[in-house]
Amino acid sequence: MTTTTETAGHSAPVHHEERKSVLAQILDSSWLTITAAIVIALLLSSVLIAAANADVQKASTYIFARPGDFFGAAWDSISSAYSALFRGSIFDYQASGARRIRPITETMTSSVPLIFAGLGLAVGFRSGLFNIGAQGQVLLGAAAGTWVGITFSMPVGVHLVAACLGAAIAGALWAGIAGFLKARTGANEVIVTIMLNSISFYLISYLLTTSLLRQGGSRPISPAVAANATFPLLLGSSFRLHLGFIVALLAAVGVWWLMERSTLGFQFRAVGVNQRAARTAGIKVNLVFVLVMLTAGGLAGLGGAAQVLGTDKTLQAGSAGSIGFDAITVALLGRSKPLGTVLAALLFGALRAGSPLMQTSAGTPIDIVLVIQASIVLLIAAPVLVKELSLVHRIAQLFGYRMKEARA
Amino acid sequence: MKLELRGITKRFGPLVANDSIDLTFEPGTIHALLGENGAGKSTLMNVLYGLYAPDGGEILVDDVPVTFAGPGEAMAAGIGMVHQHFMLVPVFTVAENVVLGHEPIHGAGRLIDLPKARGLVKEISERFGFEVDPDELVENLPVGVQQRVEIIKALSRDAKVLILDEPTAVLTPQETDELIGIMRQLKDAGTSIVFITHKLREVQAVADQITVIRRGRVVGTATPDASAVELASLMVGRTVDLGVEKEPAQPQDATFVVKDLTVIEPNGARSLDAVSFDVHRGEILAIAGVQGNGQSELAETILGLRHATAGSIRLDGTELLGKSVGDVLSAGVGFVPEDRSTDGLISSFSVAENLILDLYDKPPFAKAGSLSPRVVAENAAVKTEEFDVRLTSVQDPISTLSGGNQQKVVLAREMSRELRLLVASQPTRGLDVGSIEFVHKRIVAERDSGTPVIIVSTELDEVLALADRIAVMYRGRIIGIVPADTSRAVLGLMMAGSTHEDALRDAGDHPTQNDAEMPEAEL
Amino acid sequence: MSAVTAEVGTLPRVEARIAWRNPAIYGALGLLSLLVFGVLTPGEDRTRIQVSSATDVFTIDTFAVPSRLTAVLLSLVALGLAGWVAWNTANRKRNAAWIPAVFGALVLTAFLIWVMAGNSNALPLTVLLAGALTAAVPLAFGAMAGLLCERSGIINIAIEGQLLAGAFLAVVVASTTGNAYAGMIAAPLAGALVGWILVMFAVRYKIDQIIVGVVLNVLVIGVTNYLFSTVLTQNPQTLNSPPRLPTLAIPVLGDIPVIGPVLFQQSAVIYLMYVLVAVLQVMVFRSRWGLRMRSVGEHPKAADTVGINVNRTRIRNTVLGGAVAGLGGSALVAAGLAFTKELTSGKGYIALAAMILGRWSPKGALAAALLFGFADSLRRVLGNLGSPIPSEFLAMLPYLATIFAVAGLVGRVRAPAAEGKPYEK
Repeated sequence: MTTTTETAGHSAPVHHEERKSVLAQILDSSWLTITAAIVIALLLSSVLIAAANADVQKASTYIFARPGDFFGAAWDSISSAYSALFRGSIFDYQASGARRIRPITETMTSSVPLIFAGLGLAVGFRSGLFNIGAQGQVLLGAAAGTWVGITFSMPVGVHLVAACLGAAIAGALWAGIAGFLKARTGANEVIVTIMLNSISFYLISYLLTTSLLRQGGSRPISPAVAANATFPLLLGSSFRLHLGFIVALLAAVGVWWLMERSTLGFQFRAVGVNQRAARTAGIKVNLVFVLVMLTAGGLAGLGGAAQVLGTDKTLQAGSAGSIGFDAITVALLGRSKPLGTVLAALLFGALRAGSPLMQTSAGTPIDIVLVIQASIVLLIAAPVLVKELSLVHRIAQLFGYRMKEARA
Repeated sequence: MKLELRGITKRFGPLVANDSIDLTFEPGTIHALLGENGAGKSTLMNVLYGLYAPDGGEILVDDVPVTFAGPGEAMAAGIGMVHQHFMLVPVFTVAENVVLGHEPIHGAGRLIDLPKARGLVKEISERFGFEVDPDELVENLPVGVQQRVEIIKALSRDAKVLILDEPTAVLTPQETDELIGIMRQLKDAGTSIVFITHKLREVQAVADQITVIRRGRVVGTATPDASAVELASLMVGRTVDLGVEKEPAQPQDATFVVKDLTVIEPNGARSLDAVSFDVHRGEILAIAGVQGNGQSELAETILGLRHATAGSIRLDGTELLGKSVGDVLSAGVGFVPEDRSTDGLISSFSVAENLILDLYDKPPFAKAGSLSPRVVAENAAVKTEEFDVRLTSVQDPISTLSGGNQQKVVLAREMSRELRLLVASQPTRGLDVGSIEFVHKRIVAERDSGTPVIIVSTELDEVLALADRIAVMYRGRIIGIVPADTSRAVLGLMMAGSTHEDALRDAGDHPTQNDAEMPEAEL
Repeated sequence: MSAVTAEVGTLPRVEARIAWRNPAIYGALGLLSLLVFGVLTPGEDRTRIQVSSATDVFTIDTFAVPSRLTAVLLSLVALGLAGWVAWNTANRKRNAAWIPAVFGALVLTAFLIWVMAGNSNALPLTVLLAGALTAAVPLAFGAMAGLLCERSGIINIAIEGQLLAGAFLAVVVASTTGNAYAGMIAAPLAGALVGWILVMFAVRYKIDQIIVGVVLNVLVIGVTNYLFSTVLTQNPQTLNSPPRLPTLAIPVLGDIPVIGPVLFQQSAVIYLMYVLVAVLQVMVFRSRWGLRMRSVGEHPKAADTVGINVNRTRIRNTVLGGAVAGLGGSALVAAGLAFTKELTSGKGYIALAAMILGRWSPKGALAAALLFGFADSLRRVLGNLGSPIPSEFLAMLPYLATIFAVAGLVGRVRAPAAEGKPYEK
């Protein structure tokens, strides 16, 4: 005897599929998010610029008596800083002749090492490896490039290629340590690359003061590299833009081919998303770790070479500056895609190129660039936050737009 | 305590997991919630337990509406839950796990009163006859004991309603019997039990009241004397016939031979212990056993994912041990992994890319290290057609496909090579009935083309439906290899560690396994 | 459970392979120490050691030991230990937990003897140890900060930024108020703010915690550099000349030879560090707060199902951790140092390393911080006295040690299981 009761039979689960309006699509697009992030970052930095300005500070003491003075001074300080930044990085409308376009070429020059190192990090990020070590790889690459540049005497062309090759190999091997340790022992690459950064700094200091790269004096600076080992200038001697820029763009195309069209890139991406599935499909995951780090380090090493052989001509412990750390922000901003990385490198290159003029003519220290850069990347990483802060999205919200729905 | 759900609705994006569900749990009863994987049972219980906020409906305790902002409030109301995936911190001791969240404390630093915590564990384990050491680390305990820790944890909070979510999935048939005993004991002590499962026999053995859930809705209620066929058809929505149509096997020579295969883990545990068997061409060998007895390790060792400590694996006379995964695949081994989402597919890759996951570097898909997107897309069009994969575009990420269609992609990929051996682990786990039929047919077709086939499955029904011979694994060993017509009772005993002879002698004493005539309706 | 177990077959049992790596490493290090520090040292060299300064209550005269003999003896004891480890391993016995520490101390002492062999200057032991402690304090605070965050599941790469922010605010507040204690109290606020930003991005926006950490460091460097170049350089007297945190000698304890001046004639922030490490050691492992924190870091869902608010726990711990790191920042400038650009110079990363090397336990992290502090102090001391090793290589030591640690050469390192993963129901 059974007592089975069938309550109404039901069909498939109900799907609440809603089409996104064109407006919502635009508001959710990553381009708008990026633009909004840049604008918000510049606004945040404006607060710092105004706050540190002496006139603004003076006006703030009587802000309630004459608020106009305060806002006027604030506006002056901010607009002079940003216009100097613009003149220093894109187009100098106060200069004359060819010098007017010099800033944009400076931007391109500054972006070269960032493109290389950013591409290297992008390859790592897409392959699931969090390589924080571009700083050390850039430094090692710069050192190797310098060593080849000062030690040997080779014909035009050959010497540059040899120096670049040396730089790529040195960067690759340095990064390869982290890849090898991850493959062999499972050592976390974040920690290892952070530690390698510090080690590389002391190693280069040692080489500069006591051995290989020492100039002779007590200053930690190398001799100048041979002329044949430097990147040829593209626009004559009044511009610093060098062949490295073209090479960097070619490298971006190469990285695109590697990641999207090659079997090696297929393995890289597979490992980046799902190591277990990659392993089950016969991909040698450990080998991929090493290859990814070699590729990333090689590119970062080229970045170091571009800085020394293209711009600086000599090596100092500070030659790598903050290229390696900036490159992390470049790769993140560029979403680890080659085109995005190039564009992000140009943006940060512009900040680097424009900041000296901002410091001299508007009195705003270069350091503000770090603030702008870090804010942009933090905001890009949190699209929801950008929407919360963005006026456009706030207004759209009044008309029924829901910002939490999509995440760029 | 009487617990009532009225019109509970829960959505995840466009998917409605629970669609206005009404349920009443009477005090002191065992109420079974029966349904296929993915029917919405666990979601419903997570709503009841305060883990998910419902999108509609209300919960009533003793006819008073309540809302639970979190599990803490549900527990305070007397609801306890033993989750399918245990909610235990592996590096904590039993006592620490039991008191977590309601720790007895002393002193200004609110230090944990460990003697009191141990006492609590001891008191409850003695009441139910558990043998649990309060100071043992949970990660060192067998799963059956871990489950008891979960029960102690719930009881230590004075749970009046205890929800058991698929509690038998990881247990041997004997452990299942013991759990059923515990459930009865709890019921006698006045605790209501909500028993979530998809296994009909267990429901019939223990439930006072049965509610069947399908696709997020209550589709019927039944008493325990309802027949298995009726329950099954309620559960899946149509009359079920799970018998696979297949011709008797025509086994030829044994081309795949495993001998004395031993795998010792770094911690010294033997996940495989002198495993030996062979598989003939044109034959399906099913590896049966309770989850966690070495089956996964066996499959992974064959593929080269694990290093064997000793033994040999020969395919057509060639040693496979020591070869890389890539070489094993190239030797003609097709491998359908146990968990397709973590091991078989790359969720953000397109369907087309997933179809060449282990062929990407072979012509015609690649030449000189360069992929040919056109050929990859054409291949995808052909394969998805052949394997009846329902999709909008082969360039869409595979994650947009249903589980059944994803599994078909894995099969299509693995069968697109000339196979000398097919290893399929849990080939139909979590699939709908239509996909199960399709997958089974393809596997039988592969056998009939003369390929040796190994099926690893923890579902006895699947084993009995597909196998030509059955190897039962227990604690890393093959406890016996038996014919396909072996009864459930005997297989159940073997899965608990009896040899075939002992099992034949002892069969018949067990409440859940004695019905060898039961239709295959365990999904 | 059923007791029906069938023993099939009588095959010979295959045994797991013995891991010879640890004994091999000990042996190699011991031999290296014996050869380089011992045998290769010229026989007539002596190592002079100075153990107290003139102001101490009890003074001990500077003494000298024969370099080669001492180093050889120390190395032989170390090799003996290595042999014991090998014997244990061969017999599948566990090795005692104190072995690495004692072995390390032996080789390290042999190394010191070798470095100073034949040097006309005496090794100023008290100066060396006091310097080690001073260098270790910010690292210890930083490591405790990292531990508080990571034990609750948030990776804190931003320790560097938290130290820097703390140091900055400590300098500014101490300078404006003229009170070093005011600076010490203010510093945690700056660190906590950085921690709060970190955890907000991690919990609310679910962004990769490593990214946020790295970028936050850049942000804090940018902001403090900027404020230093503008506001601080405009008014150095009022904003950037902090008073020194006074030294408080503890009676009796401070008079113990060697140890007394090193440990108990220090400023308040160092005593705070002692207290913090001791309290955390107890609280993390034995209190309700600690149990809940660790459950959230290991298995957040399990914590949630027993009514622990995972995200709130993470937020509170990360903010607390940031505050602790901020305090570490104040320790950096406790000697009355003016703020300079990037004052922390990577100490946050070393603190992170100390936490890993100390295996996420307060006790262990303190030991690692002391070791790193020792390396730093040794570099300074040897820089003054002259040594056969370039100071850059000594500076690399902490980083190398960490790489060896994460590569598993110094035992297995196990991070909290849910570290870095945002919690979603």
